[in-house]
Amino acid sequence: MPAQPKRRRSGPRPSNVLVGVAAWAAALVFFFPVLWMFVSGFKQEAQASTDPPTFLFAPTLDQFAAILGRDFTPYLLNSLMASVGSTLLVLALATPAAYALSLRPVPGWRDSLFFFISTRFMPPAAIILPLYIIASNADVLDNVTVLSLVYTAMNLPIAVWMIRSFLLELPTAVLEAAKIDGAGFFTEVRRIILPMIAPGLAATALICFIFAWNEFFFAVSLTSTRAATVPVFLTGFITSEGLFLARLSAAATMAALPVVLAGWLAQKWLVRGLTMGAVK
Amino acid sequence: MTATAPPAPARERRGPGPKLPLGERWSRRGPLLPALLLVVLFTQLPMAVTVYYSLQSRNLLRPGESAFAGFDNYVAVVTDAHFRGAVVNTVVLTAGVVLLAMALGVALAVLLDQRFLGRNVVRTLLITPFLVMPAAAALVWKHAMFNPLFGVLNWALSPFGVDRVDWVSEYPMFSLVLMLTWQWTPFMMLIVLAGLQSQDPEVLEAARVDGASALQTFRRITFPHLRRFIELGLLLGSIFIVNTFDPIYLITQGGPGQATTNLPYFIYQVTFRAFEVGEAAAAGVVVVLCTILIASFALRVISGLFREER
Repeated sequence: MPAQPKRRRSGPRPSNVLVGVAAWAAALVFFFPVLWMFVSGFKQEAQASTDPPTFLFAPTLDQFAAILGRDFTPYLLNSLMASVGSTLLVLALATPAAYALSLRPVPGWRDSLFFFISTRFMPPAAIILPLYIIASNADVLDNVTVLSLVYTAMNLPIAVWMIRSFLLELPTAVLEAAKIDGAGFFTEVRRIILPMIAPGLAATALICFIFAWNEFFFAVSLTSTRAATVPVFLTGFITSEGLFLARLSAAATMAALPVVLAGWLAQKWLVRGLTMGAVK
Repeated sequence: MTATAPPAPARERRGPGPKLPLGERWSRRGPLLPALLLVVLFTQLPMAVTVYYSLQSRNLLRPGESAFAGFDNYVAVVTDAHFRGAVVNTVVLTAGVVLLAMALGVALAVLLDQRFLGRNVVRTLLITPFLVMPAAAALVWKHAMFNPLFGVLNWALSPFGVDRVDWVSEYPMFSLVLMLTWQWTPFMMLIVLAGLQSQDPEVLEAARVDGASALQTFRRITFPHLRRFIELGLLLGSIFIVNTFDPIYLITQGGPGQATTNLPYFIYQVTFRAFEVGEAAAAGVVVVLCTILIASFALRVISGLFREER
């Protein structure tokens, strides 16, 4: 089905100024904590904790330097390995699976599809104990590879559903033309299907990256020192001893930045990822 | 590729039917199996182990003393006041956040569905709270927003006579609901906005030509169309927010006392502080049963949306 033009109202109306003002006000309220986190990272500690809040100051990179000097890098690398590694594995596993649930469906594909989604609804708290005990017995606690595999399993259902929704949007005529031209299976996949769903795969990758990068519960339960990720680094800021708000803001900004950028890039597809492809 | 399975019927999503030859069936299953295997290994297998543990009396601090316990753990959990408190807290937190976030999400989506200057920038700013790492957001809210002395919240509310409120200690549940509503409103907004923009423009145009007022159009056409999207947002939101862990661990540690201990945090504590395997597992099974209940409604809505599309 061809996409239909979505806009229906033509031309600005007088009430739209009011709408604009209301929308901008709401956006500033919602964005303020993020802005404040970003701004406070460039303050000195004494400027970060003041009453009333300090809005004008000479920015400094001291806090960022201090965080990077405080062994932040290993956490960053672990986060990168766990999220990028799991995302690549998700794509490698989910693309064939989505194919087997759409273009060339297995018998009972509907059951498999809903099985995948039901695993996404599994409460992490309900399976953390066996995962912990199994990992502990196998001596793979505090291991980035294990964390990546957990994230892969966590993101696979979303990826399968999303990629499937992109595969189903491929124009039938193109696929049939390939058949008639005698293209073999692998040629069809490599020359036609993959290039056409490449933007969809990129969107899926961004969504999976977002979920893996931000994940906290499995990370804090299954890692301690060697494999700890960025959110685990942040737990060092739970207690409030002395002035540390500027430093916390700098750390939080660095922790949040990759996903905020990825999300802004992927915002067109965000809703599809969040609803497993049910809403476009 | 065999001639028995032309691509066209498959594209109509009718499925291949039962008459495929055995080899063909397995060659179709092949690509599915690795993904299926990994998911089963990391979610279904642990779940089975959880069910097994829930029937055992076992503590990680006393290895070798495990024994079959029947439903003792379930009885222990259900009669545990802390567990019941956690159930109540989970319901209050989830219902509060889901309803508030949906109300705000609908309002913002209706605004964003209009034309105004800088609409794309506004949408980008509005989705950002959902993107910020929840652990980072929780700590920033705790120390920069809720702080009684230097918090921005007290400063912003000071013209209204609010003075030096220690939000996290005095109103812990309210603080969590506020922070989580901020985080989840963009989620609801995006789903409702997608619903608004998927309306058939011709139907709306027809309503306008027939002289329907804006309010009538909303009540008779937009709202019934939107209902499914709102249901989906409420159900998916509930499933995810029931599992809230980060801000509880980072802002209140379930306290003061047990005031903000929800089920995931309760299970975490029983598991990693008390090492009571049996009870933690039984509590986990209870959570799964509740989730299945919500999820079955969610799946019905999702499959409804799929059918509508077809």
